[in-house]
Amino acid sequence: MVATYETKNDYKVVGNTPIRHDGLDKVTGRAVYGGDVKAPGLIWGEVLRSPHAHARIKKIDTSTAEAMDGVFAVLTHSDFPTVDEREVSTGEDVVNLKRDQSNIMANKKVHYKGHVVAAVAAVDRNTAQQAANVIKVEYEVLSPISNVDDAMADDAPIILEGLVGDHLGEEVENTNVATIFRHEFGDVDNAFANSDIVIERTVSMSMIHQGYIEPHNATAIWAEDGNVTVWSSTQGSFGVRAQTAGMIGVPESKVRVNYVEIGGGFGGKTKVYLAPVAALLSRKSGGRPVKLIMDRSSIFEATGPAPGGKIRMKIGATKDGKITAADTDIMLESGGYPGSAVGAAGLCVFACYNLPASKITGYDVLVNKPKSAAYRAPGSPQASFAIETVIDEICEKGGFDKIQFRLENAAKEGTRRGDGVQFIRVGLEECLESAKESDHWKSPIGDAPEGKARGRGVASAYWMNGGGKSTCDLMLQDDGTVMMNEGSADIGGTRTSIAMQAAEVLGIPIEDFHPSIPDTDSIGFTGVTGGSRTTYATGLAAYNAAHKLVDELKGRLADLWETETANIKFNEGTFTANGDSIGIQELAGKLDPTGGSATATASVNLAEAGNAYGVHICDLEVDLATGKTDVIRYTAIQDVGKAVHPQYAEGQIQGGVVQGLGWALNEEYFITDDGAMANRSFLDYRMPTSLDMPMIDTIMVEVPNPLHPYGVRGVGEVPISPPLSAAAQAIKEATGKSYYELPVKPGRILEALNND
Amino acid sequence: MHPFAYVAPKTVSEAVSVLAEHGDRARPLAGGTDLLVKARANVWDLDAVVDVKNIPELMSLSINGAGLSIGAGVPCCQVYEHKDIQEQYPGIIDGASIIGGIQIQSRAGLGGNLCNAAPSGDGIPALIAYSAVAKISGPNGNREVAVEDFATGPSRTVLENGELLTSIEIPKPAANSGAAYTRFIPRNEMDIAVAGVGVFVQLDSEGKKFESARIALASVGPTPILAQKAGDSLAGKPVNDESIASAASLAKDAASPITDMRGTVDQRKHLVEVLTGRMLNQAIERARG
Repeated sequence: MVATYETKNDYKVVGNTPIRHDGLDKVTGRAVYGGDVKAPGLIWGEVLRSPHAHARIKKIDTSTAEAMDGVFAVLTHSDFPTVDEREVSTGEDVVNLKRDQSNIMANKKVHYKGHVVAAVAAVDRNTAQQAANVIKVEYEVLSPISNVDDAMADDAPIILEGLVGDHLGEEVENTNVATIFRHEFGDVDNAFANSDIVIERTVSMSMIHQGYIEPHNATAIWAEDGNVTVWSSTQGSFGVRAQTAGMIGVPESKVRVNYVEIGGGFGGKTKVYLAPVAALLSRKSGGRPVKLIMDRSSIFEATGPAPGGKIRMKIGATKDGKITAADTDIMLESGGYPGSAVGAAGLCVFACYNLPASKITGYDVLVNKPKSAAYRAPGSPQASFAIETVIDEICEKGGFDKIQFRLENAAKEGTRRGDGVQFIRVGLEECLESAKESDHWKSPIGDAPEGKARGRGVASAYWMNGGGKSTCDLMLQDDGTVMMNEGSADIGGTRTSIAMQAAEVLGIPIEDFHPSIPDTDSIGFTGVTGGSRTTYATGLAAYNAAHKLVDELKGRLADLWETETANIKFNEGTFTANGDSIGIQELAGKLDPTGGSATATASVNLAEAGNAYGVHICDLEVDLATGKTDVIRYTAIQDVGKAVHPQYAEGQIQGGVVQGLGWALNEEYFITDDGAMANRSFLDYRMPTSLDMPMIDTIMVEVPNPLHPYGVRGVGEVPISPPLSAAAQAIKEATGKSYYELPVKPGRILEALNND
Repeated sequence: MHPFAYVAPKTVSEAVSVLAEHGDRARPLAGGTDLLVKARANVWDLDAVVDVKNIPELMSLSINGAGLSIGAGVPCCQVYEHKDIQEQYPGIIDGASIIGGIQIQSRAGLGGNLCNAAPSGDGIPALIAYSAVAKISGPNGNREVAVEDFATGPSRTVLENGELLTSIEIPKPAANSGAAYTRFIPRNEMDIAVAGVGVFVQLDSEGKKFESARIALASVGPTPILAQKAGDSLAGKPVNDESIASAASLAKDAASPITDMRGTVDQRKHLVEVLTGRMLNQAIERARG
């Protein structure tokens, strides 16, 4: 039985917008990021990457590099220990150690351009780079596979030799499809036969990258006593520990990962690329600290982007606007090794709708591109684009109001998701009602200037959010302040949003909290910052720790006041009993005779999370002569449960929208015939800049999550999903043409307009 | 990248001798916004970098009755913040003010843009349209080359071993003239041209007839292109939609783009036609004051 809470609404701390504890250090440049790490005797690592997208490694000759002055060590896959096909948790998903070892340093074959084949440690970065460049690799070049159709063709070259696919429970050899799964209920075929409107489309989208500003980095020391120390930019230090220890073949207890600040991750910094390489180079270099930093083109070519792919989508409805059935095939590119976000896509795809019949088939397809990783609501944006594109067409064909139709078919408490899970209290209906009443929806779009046309799109999306494991320690100081340790990497202001939840319980001002994120030896296990779990799960650990601290203090006070613990009441920071009263911060200075300072710790392991829904409205203007698009107004409506820090929550929503609009309008992996990513720089990988975005308006709907005492729901991920279809439908309305392929870039619009 | 010599000569002849000594393994450094990228990416393998910012001629910016002289090391921001240039050469400003962001514009200059010889150089089409000339010094003395002839291919120029671009000379625009440059990019700033068009028009005193015109294109060929026929077609023609459309169509014919990650052949040719029309109209508006 899962604990549920009755939420209240008169908070003292929760819902305010205090200044973040890490703000000053970050704006002044004092904060220490992975790239800033220095250690005595530090040397530099560099890697050699494959120029081919698909090739067999015939021979690697490292002798010239090894003989160079200033070179300490050269590393190839054969320096890694043999590991089993064991899976370890990163806190968000699982990593197959053997495959990941081959992903971070190729074993016999390269699966994508930029795949690392060797590494060097040398006295400085230039020497390391020059040494890497003189390593000679003989390749047998194979033809690259760049899309799911080619990968699934009968005569397709096999990317991962020895892979045994799981195709609906059957073991299949010689395949590029790692998994085919299905979720099904109701009689889909019969429902389509009895529908007044049936629309079937196939949409496709390109692989895209998170585009975090800070490059991947790692510094490691493998000391003579066998202890390994790591510094690395990550969304979760314990994930780095598990992956590094697993790949270098030592127990996790031998690896200590120090927390450093992170300059963006969005899911891409849950996977480890450099830390095991740095550790092995350090060992080969006699225990010297070794540091590696990736450059931007390598980040594009060889980290973990979001999968592109293809989705077939068929939806039926009655003439009075009820959905009868939905059926989809989702094919996502996992990249060079198995494991795309197709599983999550299958959970998200129909989750906005209450369906009588549903059939979801997912395909995890290998292609010669970098191994995909999590990117903000992994799988949800692709799925949302597919279903919302077809829903829009159904609304047009049936003459249904686009929000009213969604309301009448909305998922609610008790609705079954495609995989059978039944929803607890969710807030989609409230979001749709709020959208319907919004100033944006009620306002006309306005006339476009000459030569331009305007359109409005609306779309919704779902993300399940994450629970998982988190730890928080609280230490009350003599001066009444609180030292707080928690294990979650702080990406979006979570030090503060977690501390606020403890502050609410304790009645201590948030400014009197000193939150820290210690190394993995100094805090209990805490999963990755991802899945939209941190403010919810680590926040709940803080809440529980605060209650434990109150209980501890009641015991101490019982000694001081010579009464029973049960007689002591605690309310809004004040203890009372038998007419006595004392504030918690004053009590902090009087604890010496009771045994010294008071501490409390709490760990949680949450199987479930409250789900998130978003409904977005996008107004967009198109230059009909050039195909240039400009978003002119945007409103994102989202059920946030309870916004602990409304500015951060709003910032998360706005950031998600911008990334979603980039995906919709311009971002793509532009792959050449030889399987290379042509646009591997920020100049040509066209993410939106601040000059491309209007103010993103947000409406935060608060339907409390019954699984959290303050009603908190994860916020950060779902807002990336609706923009894909909202923008595409707006362009459709403006130009009178439909778009089934992302990005809807100016060239595609122009082509559609000129094909009359 | 490996260690290289940094040389900061005070005269053109010193710079020329260092460049001549190292050949391809030395490059002049002005703003460095292209040089540093190419050196770090190992596109260039350099033994020496010749900083030209201590050479007075290369840092001078002057405007007088004869025209405008832009030293090869003068950054874009000095050009577009200059009141007289804003008044007399709006087409130059259009280009100089959209190269990179503000930080880049504070370092990068039109001289470097020309020497980098990217087909997409936003500073170049307007210079061609204004009939600008590149002044070059080298081991064998000085020479002048029309800007449209300066680039010979992507990243290739007429500069011979040891030669250095010293300044760009732009004649004073005739009365009743106007110019403009724009590019098409999918974003609003900080992007590279899918296609770019710069035009210069000289009208009669009533502003009703074209006396002459020059049209130059970016990103639609291996070098920036002077669309000679398109510009010449306007001489003597009335200023109306028909003349403009016909010149735009000829400009489209002059474009010989490729399909790549930034755009397709058809898209780029179409854009040249659209942008030529738009820029002619803007230049006409400016010519009429």
